[in-house]
Amino acid sequence: MADTAHLIEEDERKFTLNFGPQHPAAHGVLRMILDLDGEVVTRIDSHIGLLHRGTEKLLEYKTYLQGMPYFDRLDYCAPMNQEHAWCLAIEKLLGIEVPRRASLIRVLYSELGRIMSHLLNVGTGILDVGALTPITWCFEEREKLCVFYERASGSRMHAAYFRPGGVHQDLPQRLIDDIAAWCEQFPERLDRIEDLVTENRIFKQRNVDIGVVDQRTILDWGFSGVMVRGSGLAWDLRRSQPYECYSELDFKVPVGKHGDNYDRYVCRMEEMRESTKIMQQCIALLVKEGPGPVLLAGSKLSPPRRAEMKTSMEALIHHFKLYTEGFHVPEGECYVAIEAPKGEFGVYLVADGTNRPYRAKIRAPGYPHLQAMEHLCKGNMLADVSAVLGSLDIVFGEIDR
Amino acid sequence: MILTAENLVDLAAHIEDRMPDAVRSTQIRVGELTVLAERDHILALLRFLRDDQQCNFETLIDICGVDYPERTERFEVVYHLLSMRMNHRIRIRIRTDEETAVPSAVPIWPAANWFEREAFDMFGLQFSDHPDLRRILTDYGFEGFPLRKDFPLTGQYEVRYDDLEKRVIYEPVKLVQEYRNFDFLSPWEGMTTVIPGDEKAGGGN
Repeated sequence: MADTAHLIEEDERKFTLNFGPQHPAAHGVLRMILDLDGEVVTRIDSHIGLLHRGTEKLLEYKTYLQGMPYFDRLDYCAPMNQEHAWCLAIEKLLGIEVPRRASLIRVLYSELGRIMSHLLNVGTGILDVGALTPITWCFEEREKLCVFYERASGSRMHAAYFRPGGVHQDLPQRLIDDIAAWCEQFPERLDRIEDLVTENRIFKQRNVDIGVVDQRTILDWGFSGVMVRGSGLAWDLRRSQPYECYSELDFKVPVGKHGDNYDRYVCRMEEMRESTKIMQQCIALLVKEGPGPVLLAGSKLSPPRRAEMKTSMEALIHHFKLYTEGFHVPEGECYVAIEAPKGEFGVYLVADGTNRPYRAKIRAPGYPHLQAMEHLCKGNMLADVSAVLGSLDIVFGEIDR
Repeated sequence: MILTAENLVDLAAHIEDRMPDAVRSTQIRVGELTVLAERDHILALLRFLRDDQQCNFETLIDICGVDYPERTERFEVVYHLLSMRMNHRIRIRIRTDEETAVPSAVPIWPAANWFEREAFDMFGLQFSDHPDLRRILTDYGFEGFPLRKDFPLTGQYEVRYDDLEKRVIYEPVKLVQEYRNFDFLSPWEGMTTVIPGDEKAGGGN
């Protein structure tokens, strides 16, 4: 009799918990089925796809240009970085090079996007473990960056600013000056957040030695970005496989030591400082080199100038053809990866020589990261699940596509 | 080290040399190495690429399907691998059809799990010895394989909240207007057939 009572007690410790899909710490619409033994996690079954919009299918039915705005809606924390990958893939197959000024603007806005994404992640990550103040400070800075997005593209979030062959509009000098002024004050804002958080006892208790990623895990689970750098591997695509004009810019690749949540937080903070430096270098180069074309001039990829269209029949036809038929990309396939804020964001593009992609596969960094949740959390406490989830830096726009 | 074209040629030769059974051919285009491989030997090839000192492709970047309905083996499975140590990338393509299962890469990289589940979900590709081949991105109870070329863009079912039944109901897609799929291809640029009279153009005297 005593034996069975013992068994029942053992059984009662084990239960299944449904986490999400509407949980604030799920960072979107993630549903996880957690098997718990008391407070210890024994199994995680992630149900994703609640935000699946069929982006890859839609891309097959749109021209290359029409497909571009879909990339804003993947990782909506840093929209322009995704556009960048798409444009680079098209440019690689077309074999074109973007004008110098466009390249600098792209890097400037990619780094701006990186800071936007990291601010959001760091802010919510701290919120997940219980601190309420820093997220408001992060969002204050993020709001300013959104305004820079708007002033360049007309939209705070879904910018649709990059184009195959450059960017859509040139930046006015006043905007460049304002971004420069923002870069001046930003490191001090980061210091304030760090004052509050970095040495905070509670924050450390919740994050140090939690969600430890070792080298084996990185390779087995296909990790990239901060998930790799937090564990001491200096792997950054901007450095190791430079694209655009990153090879001539001076920046450091911050790496962690222990590969835990805390080190990843520190890495992200440092990366924001490095990104600010990159932005300042871009601004200096933009000012020094002066105005120039921002979109491939006189090519079939870019629309003719409005004034020209008033007098030239050919320009009018070109404009019409570009926005209906679009341009043709030669047959072939390519894979282009960029260092997105969350890791390696890649586009595998198969072109069949027409005006629409035959197949476009989007490789989102968060996908393999989320997949490893069970591996990272098994044997940890329930409370660590949300801390690890926050540290993975996932966003469902790109995971579900 | 950034890989140059010669390095890629060497690498391709090395792989072809060591895995003659598995490799059908190799090609280098736009600076990327693609290996066309045999489906039955794919696991041996992937394992070799991971463990060989010269290849060292230790990271699985992506597995995805591509649909070519006009082929007898209509699907391609494309693997992208990365070597952080050697700083190079490779793409492996194999062919398969609806019924033939591709050996699962999960024993080599656990990361292959979700990528293969996605390929199954989107194309109906079968992977043998996969631990958990369920749908992943589509809705619970979804039917069909959305990324196949013969699957309509509009889908087959739409959902809405029904106020009378107080629940979400599924019904066949009703389009007020037929989905407009314009053929924008210009006959001047996109013409694939021979225009009558073309044969005279070259040989004029």
